[in-house]
Amino acid sequence: MADAYLRQSPLAHLGLAARAAIPPEDIEGTEAGVVLCERPARHQIGLRGDARRPAFRAAVKGVLGFAPPAKATTAAGGTGLPRALWLGPDEWLVVTDDDDAATVADLSEALARQHAHVVDLSDARAVIGLAGAGARDVLMKGCTLDVHRRAFGPGRCTRTLLARAQVIVHQITQAPDYDLYVQRSFAEYLWAWLEDAGTEYGVRVTA
Amino acid sequence: MREQSHRLAEGGRIDRATPLRFTFNGRRYGGFAGDTLASALLANGVSVVGRGVKYHRPRGIFSAGSEEPNAVVQLETGAHTLANARATRVELYDGLVATSVNCWPSAEYDFAAALGLLSPLLPAGFYYKTFKWPASLWMTYEAVIRRAAGLGRAPDGPDPDRYDKINVHCDVLVVGGGPAGLAAALAAGRTGARVILADEQNEMGGALLDGHDEIDGAPAQDWTAEAAARLDAMDEVRCLPRTTVFGYYHHNFLAALERVTDHLGPQDAGVLPRQRLWRIRARKVILATGAIERPPVFAGNDRPGIMLAHAARTYVNRYAARPGRRAVLFTNNDGAYRAALDLRAADVEVAAIVDTRPEPTGDLPAEAESADIELIAGHAVVATHGRKRLSAIEVMALGDGGGQVSGEARRIPCDLLAVSGGWNPTAHLFSQSGGRLRFDATGACLVPAVAAQATRPAGAGNGTFALDGCLAEGWAAGAAAAAEVGSRARGRAAKAPGATVTPEEPPGDYGVVPAPGHPEGGPKHFVDLQNDVTAADIALAAREGYGSVEHLKRYTTLGMGTDQGKTANVAGLAILARLGGTDVAGTGHTTFRPPYTPVTFGALAGRDVGALSDAARRTPMHHWHERAGARFEDVGQWKRPWYYRHPGEDMAGAVERECLAARNTLGIMDATTLGKIDIQGPDAAELLDRVYTNAWSKLEVGRCRYSLMLGEDGMVMDDGVTARLGRHHYLMTTTTGNAARVLAWLEEWLQTEWPELRVYVASVTEQWATITLCGPNARRLLAEFTGDVDLGTQAFPFMAWRAATVGGIAARLFRVSFTGELSFEINVPARYGLGLWTAFMNAGEKYGITPLGTEAMHVLRAEKGYIIVGQETDGTVTPADLGMDWIVSSKKDFIGRRSLGRTDTARPGRKQLVGLETEDAALVLPEGAHLVENPGQEPPVPTIGHVTSSYHSANLGRSIALALVKGGRGRMGEAVHVALEGGAARAVIRDPVFFDVQGSRLHG
Amino acid sequence: MLLIPCPWCGRRDESEFACGGEAHIARPADPDAVSDAEWADYLFMRTNPKGAHRERWVHVHGCGRWFNVARHTVTHDISAAYKVGEKPPGDAS
Repeated sequence: MADAYLRQSPLAHLGLAARAAIPPEDIEGTEAGVVLCERPARHQIGLRGDARRPAFRAAVKGVLGFAPPAKATTAAGGTGLPRALWLGPDEWLVVTDDDDAATVADLSEALARQHAHVVDLSDARAVIGLAGAGARDVLMKGCTLDVHRRAFGPGRCTRTLLARAQVIVHQITQAPDYDLYVQRSFAEYLWAWLEDAGTEYGVRVTA
Repeated sequence: MREQSHRLAEGGRIDRATPLRFTFNGRRYGGFAGDTLASALLANGVSVVGRGVKYHRPRGIFSAGSEEPNAVVQLETGAHTLANARATRVELYDGLVATSVNCWPSAEYDFAAALGLLSPLLPAGFYYKTFKWPASLWMTYEAVIRRAAGLGRAPDGPDPDRYDKINVHCDVLVVGGGPAGLAAALAAGRTGARVILADEQNEMGGALLDGHDEIDGAPAQDWTAEAAARLDAMDEVRCLPRTTVFGYYHHNFLAALERVTDHLGPQDAGVLPRQRLWRIRARKVILATGAIERPPVFAGNDRPGIMLAHAARTYVNRYAARPGRRAVLFTNNDGAYRAALDLRAADVEVAAIVDTRPEPTGDLPAEAESADIELIAGHAVVATHGRKRLSAIEVMALGDGGGQVSGEARRIPCDLLAVSGGWNPTAHLFSQSGGRLRFDATGACLVPAVAAQATRPAGAGNGTFALDGCLAEGWAAGAAAAAEVGSRARGRAAKAPGATVTPEEPPGDYGVVPAPGHPEGGPKHFVDLQNDVTAADIALAAREGYGSVEHLKRYTTLGMGTDQGKTANVAGLAILARLGGTDVAGTGHTTFRPPYTPVTFGALAGRDVGALSDAARRTPMHHWHERAGARFEDVGQWKRPWYYRHPGEDMAGAVERECLAARNTLGIMDATTLGKIDIQGPDAAELLDRVYTNAWSKLEVGRCRYSLMLGEDGMVMDDGVTARLGRHHYLMTTTTGNAARVLAWLEEWLQTEWPELRVYVASVTEQWATITLCGPNARRLLAEFTGDVDLGTQAFPFMAWRAATVGGIAARLFRVSFTGELSFEINVPARYGLGLWTAFMNAGEKYGITPLGTEAMHVLRAEKGYIIVGQETDGTVTPADLGMDWIVSSKKDFIGRRSLGRTDTARPGRKQLVGLETEDAALVLPEGAHLVENPGQEPPVPTIGHVTSSYHSANLGRSIALALVKGGRGRMGEAVHVALEGGAARAVIRDPVFFDVQGSRLHG
Repeated sequence: MLLIPCPWCGRRDESEFACGGEAHIARPADPDAVSDAEWADYLFMRTNPKGAHRERWVHVHGCGRWFNVARHTVTHDISAAYKVGEKPPGDAS
């Protein structure tokens, strides 16, 4: 295994941990309507296959404990891990704990005898947490999706455009709080955009 | 600061406890919170606020709303300045600074007007007529016109303000917060529907704020406040004051501009944006946009002191500002009588009401008469007097159905002439949405007729002018819209608000008031005050053949400018119609286009400015490159190191150093941006066979192959190396710029043409950081980092790949080369990219390891004659044109193959890729330069090709170039000339491979 | 800005999609069997109707699926969106 010092999160350059460590009372305008964080590293696995085939569903369920969601723009697995996010009728993003390196191998193994696609994408996307009273408004500033509580709620997920980056939006709870999956190369841009869009609500960074 | 000479002692919606100071044209004035700039100017007795654009006649405040043609000002100074703000819509704040536009040197003393400089130059169609003449003449005029005319000035610094954009969806969007809009929002909102109510004013109420109507037996302004409070209390209703819905686009998509902090002035915005652009997607739209009063057209109708009757009423009622001391009303309808009564109540002497109708019989005229206001019926205003301010008018009797005036002219002294020619529904948005308007002869106005989208006009905007009708229509529209989206109120049934109104008689005829003794020309009858278009201009245009409304607009500029003819258009149409012996139904109307009122560029740009103007894509090693002095090149959205500048170096020096290092010892390059596509499935090889020019079934696991991808037209679209990772598993690489396009291309064919193929593709570009080591010492350095793979050329030959552990990281090594050197591309998960790069740099120091930018890479590949898609190709280049027939299989079908046999693709004489060697070894040709056979020839000189790539090669000690030349491969050794500025240079055509023709370094 | 009904994701803003031009252009099964003129017709020639039109769209910033849309080119009314391989509505053939 590589030495730990070699590892870098997509937003490591921004020094977010140091910002998160500042006590809230030391930040000017402590009222923070928008809370941002870089989620810790997770295993992300690209999964493609035919959800209509029982063998495919069963194989995935055997590894994850649930079948890949067949309903468009929904996530399976609740608020915990692993999760499977519907991206398209034959495409999901499976998210597991970073320590759980076995899943990609297990999925490949379970699906070895059928036509499916399993690929490790753990480094391909940064995951940014967006929460707080202003979170929904911030999302609306860059995204044409209807994120009103009647139209999009906990457990919903979709690929869409946020500002000038393609993202996967996954609403975790009613609060609301969201996980935003963005391609690694866009991560610094998106973070800067989110901070700018959140300015009028006050932005706080958490670990 | 002076006394507010025209301010009423009490009344109005201003806050006398909050005095404000402001500066207009360098003078200091006082006003109150709740004022607009226009009302504060009137309260201070300021009559001249600007000058006409052509004739530079003094102009005063004409309206109280968005339709204002005259009182257009330059707001604030420096970087904050805003051109063409309508003083009638600028909320006063403390310290406001404004100046007139169109005046030089000042509004009071105008140079152009004094000389009468411009009027002879600017007849209708001036621009068109002038452009027919030599352009040199236009330049002469332009210098004069630009100085003296033109509305407003651009800011002289970067915009310091913040702007916001937001997307919002709703069930019902109500545009306009007057009686109809409020009723609609209440009816829809009470069902729980998602409602947005937007109004351009600072508070809801619309025209109810200007008068003293009653609703449900109570003062209307109390009802308004209560309605606004009830709406605010509804969870799903969003009220947006200070928000103008300015554009109505397809599929019920509307755009609105919210002035978030404009009313606070430039200093007080804090973290809030100055303006916010709302992008609204509504399931149903209710257009309660109200109406705009239109002015009658008569001689001298532009003098300061002449204003719309409802505006005069608004100024006394809402702003407690007297627009004059002695007023005459000039009208063809009953509405103006309300203004007369309210002016009198505000202590303005009302000298007379001049009504064009022979016998006004309505309740309101009766009321005015019983209030002892003189009514002069069947008369019209035929002349006005006064230099900088109206001092008197003349009236004469109308005869011949309004076609002529007769009798003695009677002179009436006054400093205010409040005019009304009836009302035009504000149908702009309805028309923008694609809806059809019809001409209503009774009201002499255009009203919404047939909707094209899910939209309902209501109230005055629909031609329903009376208050009771507005309330009923708005309420019904709101309830119906909510019901249509499946939203129904629970609980007690609610009733529409009601009002008792004084009925009004229909307005009289609407046309131009003739001037006595001047059947044509004579005193100016202004139609469009902002563009100084007169009735005579329209007649001239019609005589010259511009009888269509669209032609008339462009020929005369009628209806152009910042107000877009809101007070002018219908009058212009009526005049044109009369000249053509028809009516407005016959002439039609010009197209209403967004925006309804001007929108700042800042709001349209939103936060897409500066560092956020586009997404910058960065590799995991980006910040290392920055610290190492890299200058970056944009490749798509990617930032790629272009060259690394050392202290004291210029670009040429840096590129030379990098190129020499790569050939002589060791270069390192960040190739992360190359597109990578993971392909899996039993039909993966079949897919590759179909999208690439060469054959794939025999490629062994562990090996790689280079190929070209063509469009169906046979032209080169992309190139790259694909490796076979496993039996049914391949990794395709694409050029940096085409990564997304190629992935989309594969998906498109798989989904639409070949769904039977059992293969899946996925982008893994971002999963991997890619580091290229190249040069004679590449293997030595890599060997220090890996122990589990034999890097020897026998075990690991050119065009092979191996899984390996590099620096403890599970990696993929590809022995491929774009520089012609011994080269390894090392792919590691992106999180390790920076760590491994740094480790390579440290360990490679003993070899003089040198980071390479894209420029050095381009030079090195050009030395080898390797193409770059998009540089040697431009969408018209086939594999054969590039001399790459060897890569095109004749044994299978693939995308684009059929096109290679088309007559044009197969013809001789196509441009072919060659090398060029300039006679002068130091001369680096400009890329794109054209090649000719005989530069001495009389022009036009036919081109035989162009330079595609050109560099100085440090390794060869001379310049090199690649070019596409007609029949180029048959011209080896021939001399051609390169057309350059200041003469032609000679060059000799040669093979495109300049360096290591045998490829021994590559395979070493 | 159109509102396009993706058969999988529902109504989404036009900015999430890319248009692929006229739908139902069949690639010749055997490209060698057609004349140059027929091949050019397949490659380049498209109808440009004023009125009802069928075109291909892809939900590029969504589910990634290609599908077909029946759209009126003047009013922009979208009367149907249907998946690849499905018959256009109102097409009896």
